[in-house]
Amino acid sequence: MSNDSQNEVSPKTIEQVYRPMGRRTFLKGAAASMLGVAGLMAALKPLLELERGEVSLDDLLQKHYRELKPEDLKRIMESLAAKAEKEYGARPNLRDVKPLEGVEFGYALNLTRCIGCRKCAHACLRENNQSRDDANDIEMSYIRVLELNKGAINLETSNVYYDPATVPQQDKYYMPVQCHQCRQSPCTKVCPVQATWQEKDGLVVVDDNWCIGCRYCMAACPYAARRFNYKKPTISKDAINPDQSYLSNRIRPKGVVEKCTFCLHRTREGKYPACLEVCPTGARVFGNLLDPNSEIAYILNHKRVYVLKEDVGTQPRFYYFFDK
Amino acid sequence: MRDYLTFLFRVWRLSFQGSWKFYAWMTVLTIVSLVGLNAWARQFVDGLQVTGMTNQVSWGAYIANFTFLVGVAAAAVMLVIPAYIYKKEHMHEVVLFGELLAIAVIVMCLLFVTVDLGHPERFHHMIPPFGIFNFPGSILSWDVIVLNGYLLLNLHIAGYLLYCRYQHRKPTKTFYIPFVFLSIAWAVSIHTVTAFLYVGLAGRSYWHHPLVPSRFLASAFVAGPALMILTFQVIRRVTNYFIGDQPIFTLRMIMTVAMIINMFLLGCELFTEFYYPTQHAAAAQYLYFGLHGHSGLVPWIWSAIALNTLGLLLLITPLSRRISWLNLACVTCFVGIWTEKGMGLIIPGFVPSPLGQIVEYLPTWNEALVCFGIWSFGLLMFSWMLHVAIPIMNGSLRAKPDLSTVAQ
Repeated sequence: MSNDSQNEVSPKTIEQVYRPMGRRTFLKGAAASMLGVAGLMAALKPLLELERGEVSLDDLLQKHYRELKPEDLKRIMESLAAKAEKEYGARPNLRDVKPLEGVEFGYALNLTRCIGCRKCAHACLRENNQSRDDANDIEMSYIRVLELNKGAINLETSNVYYDPATVPQQDKYYMPVQCHQCRQSPCTKVCPVQATWQEKDGLVVVDDNWCIGCRYCMAACPYAARRFNYKKPTISKDAINPDQSYLSNRIRPKGVVEKCTFCLHRTREGKYPACLEVCPTGARVFGNLLDPNSEIAYILNHKRVYVLKEDVGTQPRFYYFFDK
Repeated sequence: MRDYLTFLFRVWRLSFQGSWKFYAWMTVLTIVSLVGLNAWARQFVDGLQVTGMTNQVSWGAYIANFTFLVGVAAAAVMLVIPAYIYKKEHMHEVVLFGELLAIAVIVMCLLFVTVDLGHPERFHHMIPPFGIFNFPGSILSWDVIVLNGYLLLNLHIAGYLLYCRYQHRKPTKTFYIPFVFLSIAWAVSIHTVTAFLYVGLAGRSYWHHPLVPSRFLASAFVAGPALMILTFQVIRRVTNYFIGDQPIFTLRMIMTVAMIINMFLLGCELFTEFYYPTQHAAAAQYLYFGLHGHSGLVPWIWSAIALNTLGLLLLITPLSRRISWLNLACVTCFVGIWTEKGMGLIIPGFVPSPLGQIVEYLPTWNEALVCFGIWSFGLLMFSWMLHVAIPIMNGSLRAKPDLSTVAQ
């Protein structure tokens, strides 16, 4: 830009500002405004493709899960179920399953037994109503199975995308990692809107009608346990698991964070998590930490148990142990 | 009140008065902003899958730009301190531009955070009583307070001073001096709190590092003044507002000291990471030399180091007493710091992932367009503010104009 005689702040320019607006100026201004508005509309045109009801007043006015009255929650779940039916063709049995008194869930994983078959990771996708169209969709599974060299515990040397003809490989061992439901959970601490919290039974949950999708919790998690819905889940009608709960495995909208809840819709009703049920080697042990007679309590008392990344102070409710 | 409305009306009229060059500049910026808005609308409809982010690298270009810009906004304080604490007269003629820059840049920061959200329409979840504000637990909620507070402070100070100038009266000290001093502390807080966003995450060893806030401030006090020096020269050229060489050379000195500190801290960081490398050095290893055959960030960080080194060499030698060389130093420093803070600080925090996975990140076109759009909108705002502020500053626009030619 160079010096120019028609300086922006020349007295002539300023003079015009004091003058009443002339007809010509007014018309010119009006034309320019029209052009501007047209440009704005053109820029926002993609918004027309939004599905009906994707952003609704009801959603915007909805309160946080923990502030909802039971009848409001019921109404919201009704509308979520109706929406799922409309969009995916199958009406889920959507419930709200509350934590049980005197229960704190814990999970232990037997590294001696795990063979790295990844059945748990796939069962997790099915149970939690996630997309399973292409190979990339496995990234949404709450469970990542790490392949490690025997004699090494450095996660940085691990491989998630291992693909040998058969497992287990002789020189490797396998370590599935999922949400550790930490007692000192960094993810819930950092959430700016308290969309994620620890329940009474220790499970860390997300209210996906409240999450704003900032992904700060994902940055905070030392176990890479959280997943973000970069796209809207795509599931065929037959693939939908209709047994759903509000805080766990309902079909999520895009733009929110989700995570492992130890299948609370199952476990709070006395069933095992889907990953445990599918495990062919019995490497997984699940139960109530507060019950001294539970299998998990036995493991914690009698096996050589450790937690992952003890140094970051998260105090997980997920344990690893060796059998022999 | 009536006077104030007249003022606003005149400012509005003035916004549309200008040479064809002004119109051309503003039109180009508007078009790029709209292209960015269009890209964002696409992202809003299709979800964040249109970005390059993944479950492993869950923050990318948006948060990188946000972090960098918070620093630029904080750097306005480098005009305020010499002007108000050291009472340097020559800084008083430019201090307002720093505050206006801070306003434009903070708005850009807020936009960058907004476009990063999966559900921007739910932002009211942060605002009581509609929502729940996780304060003081979440550092992000601190950031919301300090950023918006800084925006308000600067709006108040700049708006008040301009209005007084327009009315041709001396500003009442009690109305703005306390806020000026508050804004100094506040400026430091915005960048410190933004650094704490990352430092507070114990699970990410690359960020969990007490040097990060100091480096943030040091590098911000390079990039901000660099932008200011360039702006002053544009103002000198295209308007008849007088800015002497003195403010520019004061800023040059600030930049030089800040850059020396920044490079020193970089050295400390490199020593810690590489003299006796531990598992915690994996991210630095990836950033500077590549890890297990992945080296996506290596060219970025070495360009940043090269640009910053060149900038430092120019700054500490007499060469940069010549304006043309100083300008080159400003450009290299600005681009260098942007790269270092964006690609060099945010991305390696995610690579390798906490489980040791290496997933590389590159922004997509759509993501880049959104970024260009926000930068362009920021420039648009800043240009507009300068366009109306300068005639007020140099006394052309007055409440009671002394122009006999004005027809009533």
